Amino acid sequence: MSDVMTPSIDEQLIKEQGYNDHFHDHHHGDKYKSSFIGHYIFSMDHKIIARQFLVTGIIWALIGAAMSIVFRLQLGFPEESLTWLKPVLGKWIVVDAEGIGKLSPEFYYALVTMHGTILVFFVLTAGLSGTFSNLLIPFQLGARDMASPFLNMLSYWFFFLAGVVMFYSLFISTGPFSGGWTAYPPLSALPQASTGSGAGMTLWLVSLTLFVVSVLLGGVNYITTVLNLRTKGMSLWRMPLTIWAFFVTAIIGLLSFPVLVSGFFMLMFDRGLGTSFFLSEIFIEGQALDYIGGSPVLYQHLFWFLGHPEVYIIILPAMGIVSEVLSVHARKPIFGYKAMVYSILAIAFLAFIVWAHHMFMSGVNPFISNFFVVFTLIIAVPSAVKVFNWITTLYGGNIKLNTPMLFAIGFVSMFISGGLTGIFLGNSAIDIQMHDTYFVVAHFHIVMGIAAFFGMFAGIYHWYPKMYSRFMNETLGKIHFWVTLIGAYAIFWPMHYLGMAGVPRRYYSFENFDAFAHFDDMNKFITVAAIVTFAAQILFVINFFYSIWRGKKMTTKNPWKANTLEWTTPIEPIHGNWPGNLPTVHRWSYDYGKDGKDYTPQYIPMAEGEVAGDH
Amino acid sequence: MATDTLEHDVHTDEKEAWDGAAQPFKASYGKLMMWYFLLSDAFTFSGFLIAYGAIRFSMPSWPVPDFVFQTFPFLGMGKPLYFVTFMTFVLLFSSFTMVRAVQEGHQENRKGVVFWMLLTVLGGAGFLGCQAWEWNTLINAEHMSVTTNPFGTHVESGVYLNDKGQPSGDTFQVGDSYLIHMNGASHGEDHTGDDHDGHGAHHYDGAGDYADATVDENGYIHRKYKVTSGDDEGAIKSEAFGPKSFGALFFFITGFHGFHVLSGVVFLLIIMLNSMTGLYVERKNGYEMVEKIGLYWHFVDLVWVFVFLVFYLI
Repeated sequence: MSDVMTPSIDEQLIKEQGYNDHFHDHHHGDKYKSSFIGHYIFSMDHKIIARQFLVTGIIWALIGAAMSIVFRLQLGFPEESLTWLKPVLGKWIVVDAEGIGKLSPEFYYALVTMHGTILVFFVLTAGLSGTFSNLLIPFQLGARDMASPFLNMLSYWFFFLAGVVMFYSLFISTGPFSGGWTAYPPLSALPQASTGSGAGMTLWLVSLTLFVVSVLLGGVNYITTVLNLRTKGMSLWRMPLTIWAFFVTAIIGLLSFPVLVSGFFMLMFDRGLGTSFFLSEIFIEGQALDYIGGSPVLYQHLFWFLGHPEVYIIILPAMGIVSEVLSVHARKPIFGYKAMVYSILAIAFLAFIVWAHHMFMSGVNPFISNFFVVFTLIIAVPSAVKVFNWITTLYGGNIKLNTPMLFAIGFVSMFISGGLTGIFLGNSAIDIQMHDTYFVVAHFHIVMGIAAFFGMFAGIYHWYPKMYSRFMNETLGKIHFWVTLIGAYAIFWPMHYLGMAGVPRRYYSFENFDAFAHFDDMNKFITVAAIVTFAAQILFVINFFYSIWRGKKMTTKNPWKANTLEWTTPIEPIHGNWPGNLPTVHRWSYDYGKDGKDYTPQYIPMAEGEVAGDH
Repeated sequence: MATDTLEHDVHTDEKEAWDGAAQPFKASYGKLMMWYFLLSDAFTFSGFLIAYGAIRFSMPSWPVPDFVFQTFPFLGMGKPLYFVTFMTFVLLFSSFTMVRAVQEGHQENRKGVVFWMLLTVLGGAGFLGCQAWEWNTLINAEHMSVTTNPFGTHVESGVYLNDKGQPSGDTFQVGDSYLIHMNGASHGEDHTGDDHDGHGAHHYDGAGDYADATVDENGYIHRKYKVTSGDDEGAIKSEAFGPKSFGALFFFITGFHGFHVLSGVVFLLIIMLNSMTGLYVERKNGYEMVEKIGLYWHFVDLVWVFVFLVFYLI
């Protein structure tokens, strides 16, 4: 029935019934069109800013992933010579008398730290939420742009600046910060504590403070846009789940990042001015230091008050994207729309009262741990609601197994696998055994690392035509999916066994531990799987950049036959998104297969006697 | 900025406020963003104050505010919390003048806006001046720093030793406060002939152990006393520094607040000058910029109420 939608119908309807906000009455001058710098560099257009976030995120993802390959080589093949890496890593590869090059232990820690920092903040926060919030919030709400395009531009450039500072820190002689992405004191508070704790840590702090500014500027903008700039008829309960996810993500970020900043400022004082907020009775090289009265656990509280919500800042946008992609490509309304929204809200609320489950082994009172165990396990409820709703959305659907859909289904698989191990770790008693082992590494990589990446890939493949007016190559996309899915499980599944056997994470070498000697082969296997998976990502990057110029051109406005408003905008993007009036919304965004029609976009008025699908 | 804003009409029914093409809170994007920024800033301050509480209550003792903050310009010692009450009044009064400025703005009265904003700027600057004086007293007269806190509280009763090393008539009880003086420095409090604990500053020949005190290498005089209560009864001890975190937390948190006031004063000035030149007359939005900076200003005052509470009252 899809041929009912001739290309002109949307234009005609928007012209006749659309909402005239007098946008095109004003003269906006040439600033959005003429100069290259104004258009592509210091752009205030949400579509360009989204692409800036995405491309920057991809570059950081490559750097961060390459780092993981280097430390995986050390873990999988500790005897092999790494001399061939010397041209890139320089003095961090120490070549002995026999010509065998070894990764220096200090740099191993620096790599692990940077891998975590880059992936968590630069890729999965800025690259994921920054990209898709910017792209989709104005598009799917029927807005001309963000509430403040200027602050939106600043948001990207603060992120860029944060990246420059962090990138610079990779090249200083003492190396980047090496005390773990959580930057616990005393390693982060005492410049003399380790090689990376000096200039490396200072730059780390500066970079992340700039990054928080970027997140806050973006966040106030996203929230305000969602509240103030919805087009006529776009009530909250008609918003696509993507928007709900970005909206709640922005709120979480707005409330949790400032607390991290307060921790950072105190850390700066400890480092620079000799205060003892996070330090007490410290000895370095047998020398008692003059710090007294502070508490390193205090920093952990402040850090994890962001750190835990941060995993939902990462996963919620992916969840929103997956909900949308699954529904569109299964040609079915999302199952349990309101339950999906309420579970997003429940997850967001619970995100703020579970942070100490990262600190069960930090000396927190075991009685207090009980509360955190209970709330942590309760998060399984809204998470399970979402999983069951995704599965039920797929059930009986007319499933189009294209690349975005494959990645969306892959997301659900990853989220289940990684979520289940969360129930183990959430119990403080089991955590005594599992804490700081590879079990934890496996858990969080699957549930928030790989899963969030799958959501991001689903979003990139799905909205690529909206960003670049072309499609990515489908065959390469499918190869990318299958290698990544199998590869990711091959990397992280064995780590559960390592963790259960007690193999600790963050160790440079297990040479001196006989108990772990028989895991050598498993470590080799993991490393090989990581290299193969990394190669598949290179394939993706090639596909991505090749398709920008050479991809199959988009010929219709709405290639996926989706209901949301972004597919009513012209193929070649314009300033202000819609050439004339703004579309008026008459229904929710999930009218698929309703009343015998394959799909009914949001701008189609309700037929006489039609019952709304959204309840 | 006005040319870049993308806003819908404000006029809609209450019922339809949430149905799109409206501003559900009847607030422009700028005002909403200010609110959200303040919300996030409130969380930063909460982080600080919670850290303050966590550190303070892990300490066996804490300096008594009535003792620490008892100086008043020209009046000297013995005026507990008088000065901070004055500066709090100045700041809160500037909130009142801010309200008046916003009110005049709604009525598009340019002169009124400028007049009341000027008073607000003066109030903010006055508060900063007071804070500067207070910091100066603490740093230069009482020798507190982010790493050293000379304000202590006795956790046992005792009697000070005289310069023969014998117990004098000078006794103290549990909970009494003391200030560790600096040797040879001209005490800021001396010109009034009085000082923090009635103990006139002695002068010693440099660091070392004396009959009635120990002088450390930084010149702080730790008076000796004989304990008269508790497990250590009869022991001779020297006054120890108070909890080190006190100075760090005080300068850090009041400094962070002061920085907010300072930026507030700068923005107030800019917006006052803009009002004066008639920039907002053309916009015809009831001096919304004045209202936005007003939100910020009231927030800064509100934060001060909490800072005042935890540092000066509790």
